[in-house]
This record gives sequence, C-alpha cells and structure tokens, in this order.
Amino acid sequence: MMAPFYEFGRLGEGTSLLIAVLLGIAFGWFLEQGGIGNARKLSGQFYFTDLSVLKLMFSAILTAMLGLFWLSWAGLLDLSRVYVPETFIVPQLVGGLVFGVGFATGGLCPGTSCVAAATGRKDGIALIAGMLAGVFVFGEAFPAIGGFADSTARGALTLPQALGLSYGTVVGVVVAVALGAFAGAEWLERRAERPARPMKVVA
Amino acid sequence: MSNVATGVPGQALGAAATSRADAATTTRLRVRREAAPYASPYLAGVGIGVVLLLAFVLMGRGLGASGAFSSVVASAVSTAAPSHAAGNAFYARYLSDGGTSPLRDWLVLEIIGVVIGGLASALLAGRVRWTTERGAAITDRRRLVNAFVGGTAMGIGAKLARGCTSGLGLTGGATLSVGSWLFIIAAFVGAYAAAPLLRRAWR
Repeated sequence: MMAPFYEFGRLGEGTSLLIAVLLGIAFGWFLEQGGIGNARKLSGQFYFTDLSVLKLMFSAILTAMLGLFWLSWAGLLDLSRVYVPETFIVPQLVGGLVFGVGFATGGLCPGTSCVAAATGRKDGIALIAGMLAGVFVFGEAFPAIGGFADSTARGALTLPQALGLSYGTVVGVVVAVALGAFAGAEWLERRAERPARPMKVVA
Repeated sequence: MSNVATGVPGQALGAAATSRADAATTTRLRVRREAAPYASPYLAGVGIGVVLLLAFVLMGRGLGASGAFSSVVASAVSTAAPSHAAGNAFYARYLSDGGTSPLRDWLVLEIIGVVIGGLASALLAGRVRWTTERGAAITDRRRLVNAFVGGTAMGIGAKLARGCTSGLGLTGGATLSVGSWLFIIAAFVGAYAAAPLLRRAWR
C-alpha cells in the first residue's frame, strides 16, 4: 500500500477529520512539553538566553524531512502526492518580516498561542484575538492588496529544483546546517548562563 | 543580559497561585501540584517531527495553524455579511469546501486537537496557571496589549505569506519549499530586528 493514504483514496472524509483531531492532540502535547506554549520561555529565543524554539523547530523539520526522504527512497511513499507550500517570493519575504516583528512583540506564534490559551495564559488569549483581528484586516484589504499577495508566484518550487541539486544533497546540507545551529544554540545558552565577566582585575 | 526571565513556568507568577482550576484538578485527576520541568526541546521537536511525518503519510499534507484562524474569520464574515464574503476572493478561498461551518475544516479540527493536547499535557505536568506571562518590568495590561498587537501583525504577515511557523515553517521546511525557507529566514530577521526594542517587556 502506497502513502499518502488519503491521496490514494484509502481514507474517507470522516476518517480524515478524526485524524486531524488526533494529530492535533499530539502536536499540542509536544508543543506544551517543549515549553514553547509559555511566552517567557519562548521569547528567550530572541535574546539568546533560551533557544528552545530553534532546537524544537529544527529537530521537527529534520525528523519529518528524513522520514519523507527514506520512505520515498524505499518506494513506500509517492513524494509527488505530498503537498508542498507554494512559493510567492516577495509576499513571503515581506510577510515573513511583518510576522517576525509580531512574533517578537507577542512572544508566541499562532500555534503556540493556542497552547498558551489552553493552559490558562491570558496573553495567549489576547494573541489569538489579535490574530483574528489581523486576518480580518487582511481579508478586508484583500481587494486592494491581493495583486501584490499573488505576485512573484513560483508554484510548488523546492530547493533541489531551484538550486539544481539532487534531493539527497539538499537533505544532507539541511542536516549539516541544523547540527551546526544546535551546536551554536548550546554555546549561546552556556554563554548566557555565565555570570557577567568582571572587569580585568589588576593585582 | 543574563537577567532576562526565562524558563520555569509560574516561578514568580504561579508560585502563590494554586488557582481554583488547579486545586480542582489536583483532587480529581491526581495531578502534580508542583510544575514539572519542561521536556528537552530536542525530544519535543522529534515528537512533532513524527506527528508531521504521520500527517504526510496519512493525509499527504502537513500541519498548520494560521489557516484555521482564516477559516474562522471567513465563516464569521460570511455569517454576518454573506454577499460581502462571497465577493471577496480571500474569504472565498476558505469557504469553498466547508461552507459556513468551520467544523468541517481539517485545520480547524487539528487546532481543536492542539488545544486538547496542550491542556492535557499541562494538566498532567501541573503547569496549568490562570495568569499572564510577562517580564517583571511591565504590567499585565501592557503585556496583553503587546500580545494583541503582535497577534495582529502575525495575522497580517501570515496571510500575506500564506502560512505561519507551522504551515510554512514546519510543513514547508520539511518538504524543502523555497518560499517556506525564505519565510523562515525573513521571520527571524524581523524578530531579531524588533527584539532589542522590546527587551524591557521580558526583563
């Protein structure tokens, strides 16, 4: 049997919605376990004192990326039937910058705000309200800015295609970059824990 | 530098507050009264990676968060002003399959799962607190305003980029989407550019 199962008609609509709830429960569980449903912990990422966001995000990306790579290599999964988010170069760069400013201001991202709210954090609830307001503002502005939002479209473009490299090579590069980032994150956290260095003592 | 508040939940805020919800669950579910430390972000990340891989294998799609907010807003607008929503290409994008019921939307159900999973994890670890996570130098009110404003910016940015740290960051990161990696880089650039101005909020 070939994956993705839903794409090959092995799962009905009702089952797919049940899967959504179950995967969501597991997603929320691990987000909370990792501590990033807590804005004070999460925001340490932006001051180089607690890099849990980077570690968690890259561990998740590596795990899923390598899983996809090996499953498709073993012929168990048809990679062409797996959804790849479409590329819109300029809107994604601009949207990313705006999102990042909001990320540092709010201290949570859309997914972790749901965990924060669920665990009683009022700032999580306020952030969800802000998200809904922001989406509404975007929706109302869409007739005016839709042209820009749909510009520089490149379709489901992947890094191997764009760089002219093999899939395996790019996977290897991402693994190497992530391992380097983990080492850097550990170093930064150790540095942040050290007490401020005293001025040079002249004996 | 090193005195930015991080880590352990409710250390300052929650210590005094054995909230009503907490006390109730303590007796009934034999939940730990003291907050357990968070799990390793690497382990939590691998857990999320496995969930993401399962989503690819079962459904051929990844995880997301901001799309659920869009479905909720589109449904609300469509209920309040049906012709206005139908004439807007952005809202129409989120109304095609689910009609006006967001409960038939895959991402909305996934996010409901995130809320359940996050709450379950926090209950079992004794980390549920009715509180506002903030630095000591600002008021609760200031923190809630920051969360709302940050959420609004993320709502706009995520819709311009067509995704957030889940749908683009995790799903697009693992499928090596070019636009997703551009978004991730831009988001961290935006966050690190804004963070120095917000340092006081977390001190």
